[in-house]
Amino acid sequence: MDGQTLAEKILSSHAARVVRAGDIAVVRVDLAYVQDGTGPLTFRRLEEMGLTQVANPSRTVVFIDHASPPPRMELAADHVFLRAFARDHGMILSDVGGGVCHQVAFERFVRPGDVVIGADSHTVMGGAMAAFATGMGSTDTAVAIGTGKMWLRVPETMRFLVGGSFPRRVYSKDLILKVLGDIKTDGATYKAMEWAGSAIDAMPMAERMVLSNMAIEAGAKCGLIASDGETKRYLAAHDRETDWKPLASDPDAEYPEVVEVDVGDLEPMVARPPQEDNVVPVTDPSVKGLKVHQVYLGSCANGRFEDIQVFCGIMRGEKVARGTRLIVTPASKEAWETALRAGLIEAMANAGAVINSPGCAACPGVHGGIPGDGENVLSTTNRNNVGRMGNPAAFTYLASPATAAATAIYGEITDPREVL
Amino acid sequence: MGRAWKFGDNISTDLIAPGRYYHLRSNLPELGKHVLEDARKEFAGQVKPGDFIVGGRNFGKGSSREHAVLIIKMAGVRAILAKSVARIFFRNCINNALPAIVCDTDRILEGDELSVDLAKGIVHNQTRDTQITFSPFPSVMAAILQEGGLVEYIRKHKDLKIEV
Repeated sequence: MDGQTLAEKILSSHAARVVRAGDIAVVRVDLAYVQDGTGPLTFRRLEEMGLTQVANPSRTVVFIDHASPPPRMELAADHVFLRAFARDHGMILSDVGGGVCHQVAFERFVRPGDVVIGADSHTVMGGAMAAFATGMGSTDTAVAIGTGKMWLRVPETMRFLVGGSFPRRVYSKDLILKVLGDIKTDGATYKAMEWAGSAIDAMPMAERMVLSNMAIEAGAKCGLIASDGETKRYLAAHDRETDWKPLASDPDAEYPEVVEVDVGDLEPMVARPPQEDNVVPVTDPSVKGLKVHQVYLGSCANGRFEDIQVFCGIMRGEKVARGTRLIVTPASKEAWETALRAGLIEAMANAGAVINSPGCAACPGVHGGIPGDGENVLSTTNRNNVGRMGNPAAFTYLASPATAAATAIYGEITDPREVL
Repeated sequence: MGRAWKFGDNISTDLIAPGRYYHLRSNLPELGKHVLEDARKEFAGQVKPGDFIVGGRNFGKGSSREHAVLIIKMAGVRAILAKSVARIFFRNCINNALPAIVCDTDRILEGDELSVDLAKGIVHNQTRDTQITFSPFPSVMAAILQEGGLVEYIRKHKDLKIEV
């Protein structure tokens, strides 16, 4: 019998039979969640389907993160509905200020080997915990919540074997942007992306999460990374060491495609408008020196404590350039509080930053920093489709927190390797 | 029969249901007035029931917002034809009984009159008197489509009963 990929292994254990890439499987769901943009529709669907019971209320979570706190009364009304529904069905509620669903789910709920269904496309970030975590629409998620099951096609795995050491001020964000530039935004559609190799083994969890998070930007169904000692360390640091178990693809698993990447000569990368695969090195004349009106540090891609730490480490007492706004949105309450204790909230305030409450804020264009017509934004977020940040006449450039810091200092897109 | 509305590659859910109308998600009739606004401004005002959306590669890329599919469906669109469809968007279409058909769309031009035979897997281009074939849906999806969407499917079967 041939070995199994991580995806096949997790889905087999949840389908109670051995499944292979290409099979249709009905799997048990370990964790299901919604956010405030998709949750109201999910719960209306539950009622329409006549699913009055929630299969696993203690593993069903409602996150209020996209409009947090609500900038409009329509959104406050959605929140009222979500809170009442969560209470009536015994679900867990993460309310205003708790943070982005995927970040909080990762800190508190996602376990190695889980099947996770979330009504948000960046649910794939759970893959960094070796969970089969995938985003679905509201109706599918309603079925997952109501029945505790989901049907899906077992994906083929596209494996990225990453070697070498990251050069100074080059990060996993630069790696995923480079890969997106190469394989494009539909390069892994319907497939599982899996990250392995010495550079992944050596990578801290906060960095791994970026790779899994942006699997959806290549169209992938999930972005998996094996559960190892680093996973154990992360869980222990979150008082969840008992949730840990080792989990990896079998050595003889079959991959239709293996992409080898050496990060030794990787440069800081920038994704230009109009989408995530329009990628160039930061040294490219089309981006280097480009005037930036707003620098945005935040999101489930790069709004963690570690990202704030990298950012402040490069700012080092410098102030944001005149004519450039600096907006910071910590990804979670944990990120916010850890930064506070480390003195980084004060450092950012001194640098001239506006600091939002934890949540999604401007990333999906809801509030907290919508750019003006013709303005350029350098953002650490994961998506830059036209209109993504709430204004189709603005331009969003995606990059790492290091590139964001260098850019904030000079007010134009700047190579972080050039800052002392 | 309906008219073809041509779109390019990578039509994102942000183009279909823009984030600046996020507060209208629980008010679909209002959100629907902005369907595809950032891709083709005239679409929402001029689309007629029975019309077809004809895209290129990776239609529906991006977020999981099912509202994007719902407002296309509410506009009366008969089917979406595209060279490829993003994964979450594809499931959302089927779950709402909106056929998302993967086929070669290069030979369909703006304004062509089309009809579709789902059972036979054929798109008829009446304007050009040509036919485009497409592969049948996987059996799970065909069943959900046939029942009128996932809500109806679950109401009927009282559970997620899937033949595998």
